[in-house]
Amino acid sequence: MKFSVYRYNPELDNDPYMQDFEIEPRQGMMLRDALLVIREQDESFTFRHSCGEGVCGSDGVNVNGSNKLACITPLTELKEPIVVRPFPGRPVIRDLVVDMSRFYAQYKQVDPWLIRKEPMPEREILQLPEERDRLDGLYECIMCGCCSTSCPSFWWNPDKFLGPQALLSACRFLADSRDQAAEERLDKLEGPYKLFRCHTIMNCVEACPKELNPTKAIGHIKAIMLKDAI
Amino acid sequence: MALEKQRFDTLILGAGGAGLNAALQLANADLKVAVVSKVFPTRSHTVAAQGGVNAALANVLPDNWHWHMFDTVKGSDYLGDQDAIEYMCREAIPTVYELEHNGVPFSRLSNGKIYQRAFGGQSQNFGGEQAVRTCAAADRTGHAILHTLYQQNIRAKTHFYDEYFAVDLIKDDEGVVLGALVLNIATGEPLLIESKTTLLATGGCGQVFRTTSNAHINTGDGMAMALRAGLPLMDMEFFQFHPTGIAGKGMLITEGVRGEGGYLINQDGDRFMEKYAPNAKDLASRDVVSRSIVTEVRDGHGCGPEADHVMLKVNHLSEDVIAKRLPGIRESARIFAGVDPVKEPIPVFPTAHYVMGGIPTDRFGRVMPTSEDNGAHLPGLYAAGECACASVHGANRLGGNSLLDILVFGRLAGHNIIDYVKDNGAHRPLNEAAVEQAMGRLQRWRTKGEGLTVSQLRNEFRKTMEDHAGVFRVEEMMAEGVEKVRQIREKLGDVRLTDHSSTFNTNRTEALELENMIDVGLSIAVSALHRKESRGAHSRPDYPKRNDAEWMKHTLYWNEGDKLDYKGVRVQPLTVERFPPQERVY
Repeated sequence: MKFSVYRYNPELDNDPYMQDFEIEPRQGMMLRDALLVIREQDESFTFRHSCGEGVCGSDGVNVNGSNKLACITPLTELKEPIVVRPFPGRPVIRDLVVDMSRFYAQYKQVDPWLIRKEPMPEREILQLPEERDRLDGLYECIMCGCCSTSCPSFWWNPDKFLGPQALLSACRFLADSRDQAAEERLDKLEGPYKLFRCHTIMNCVEACPKELNPTKAIGHIKAIMLKDAI
Repeated sequence: MALEKQRFDTLILGAGGAGLNAALQLANADLKVAVVSKVFPTRSHTVAAQGGVNAALANVLPDNWHWHMFDTVKGSDYLGDQDAIEYMCREAIPTVYELEHNGVPFSRLSNGKIYQRAFGGQSQNFGGEQAVRTCAAADRTGHAILHTLYQQNIRAKTHFYDEYFAVDLIKDDEGVVLGALVLNIATGEPLLIESKTTLLATGGCGQVFRTTSNAHINTGDGMAMALRAGLPLMDMEFFQFHPTGIAGKGMLITEGVRGEGGYLINQDGDRFMEKYAPNAKDLASRDVVSRSIVTEVRDGHGCGPEADHVMLKVNHLSEDVIAKRLPGIRESARIFAGVDPVKEPIPVFPTAHYVMGGIPTDRFGRVMPTSEDNGAHLPGLYAAGECACASVHGANRLGGNSLLDILVFGRLAGHNIIDYVKDNGAHRPLNEAAVEQAMGRLQRWRTKGEGLTVSQLRNEFRKTMEDHAGVFRVEEMMAEGVEKVRQIREKLGDVRLTDHSSTFNTNRTEALELENMIDVGLSIAVSALHRKESRGAHSRPDYPKRNDAEWMKHTLYWNEGDKLDYKGVRVQPLTVERFPPQERVY
């Protein structure tokens, strides 16, 4: 199978370039397995990866133009030559490794932790199954960055728009029956950019390897804001 | 250029459940705490834990910590320390409530309480009916817990060093740990972190085996650092092979599948666990189920064209149960085995999963450097989680007790560190010679020229461990394994990096990890060779019986001269009667 892979080492290369590799595919091979074979051919080829089963969120890459998690992307789904690049719109540190600090900073901006104002009970805080169900589709995010780095609003206004991942997280806490800071959370999202820069292009939904729907979450937050405003 | 230095009250190596739960206690107490992790914290392998965390909350059926304690002692094949086990089972309850208060999205029962499911090796009333003790967030419990702990640490303003690789501990002449030398992976710059207390929370070492449920990062770094600092590792021969990894691949299929009613079948469709564990059947302890699967396959009852695995049948459960309770498993089975468990069984085989052994600690998380059981510990050095051995799992860990171990002992280490720092407020003088020595570890990899590649030697090593230290172990096979791993250790000198750049050099970090894995692998192989009995996960056809008279003791391994020593099991619990050894049947 033929691969064309993005290479850039700031210590050696003036400019990034694409390098061709060829590997022998095995049955059931995922993109990550192929990248590991390429790495055995050239140990200087660099990418992040860890769990190999789509839960740690380390190995998001851009393949044939779409953001995917390499470890759960079967080669059989990809057309040759398979073009592998780093996430778009992020500074490249080396090869497929990008600087995700902006992405993490946006996550932190939504206060992504449970806020409880009443004293804690001795036992668990009770939550009915139907209340807990509202967290499904929100809490499973693995912070791989596939969504935010595929979002045009995020590319153009990364300093002002929070991006789909952070907004999905904001929605996760707004949806939690145990959380007692909805008002403050909504206040923090006010203004033309943080939330409202989402133009429902829906690249995030396409990109999410966990089949989550950040656009829907963003719409949900907008709806709560609207209801509160009336 | 001068080496950059930073000072903290506490240095935590590792950002999984143990490290983050300790960090949270410390940051909440306003201590200056640094967490060093070679990956962004939510990438730590705790994220992959599926089934849940044990605590006798009694939300579904009657339960109490004393029954949980009995099951854990029995599950350990009577090698676990009963004071530590009592402590863990009691603390399980407040620990889980604290996690829930911190925001963990546990699944819920109709009355709003935390959902609990059945898991292997659990009983009511000291060996009676199946208990229901495992608190779960669907089949993504580790993910739910790790993300929550990270979130709370952001709130508490814990200082994170993300993508820094820990090279070595720095000790003074009295053996007191002063901090660690770490490497900024992105820039290649070393950094010295000085600390009054240090917590090793670096996780497991499953990568020493070729087929494993463990992540690429689980290379036993903290255990190897402890060995190089002259400390022993305890009970390393006890390595858990999880019964249900996806056949040929190793990814985990949680025991929760069997807890929800799934069961194993062989090529004839027989539910073979009825033969090996007539009462508990598919929910027998993991060591028992793994041996049964390997035995079925060896006897020619395996499934598939090579008859090399068995099947995990789930398709008699309703699609609703699978969607609600096991959504992640359905996804994994589809992606990696190409089957939808709603319709077809999942091909499975045991996969290297968890090391029961580790850095010996007391129940306060303090590292114990000798075989004397006199309370002696290294001041200021702590270990918690899979890299540590408290010892609560003994010869075999129960499902759901791993998340429990890391969370209880991480939390507790945090509390003990707070007390220690109150009484020991000053940094000790730095030992420059030890810093030089640690820098030498980096210097070695600057040597250029022709040689073996890291991946060549790593592949040879992992295959050797799999062939010689697997589910069943006989003398000659293991002796040959020890010899081979020693030769591999020699060959490390011939390995050369092809990449010498500073920026995000994974060739270099993988070389450092390979050194760590080989040291840890040898501790497993040597400890296993010398234990001449079968106990828990250590199964020797040449010594098929447990031998309490000679072997009810912990192994200690030091890497200098591959030295071994032993120390007694702590059989006296804190407040209850001890559980004397019994024959272990399920």
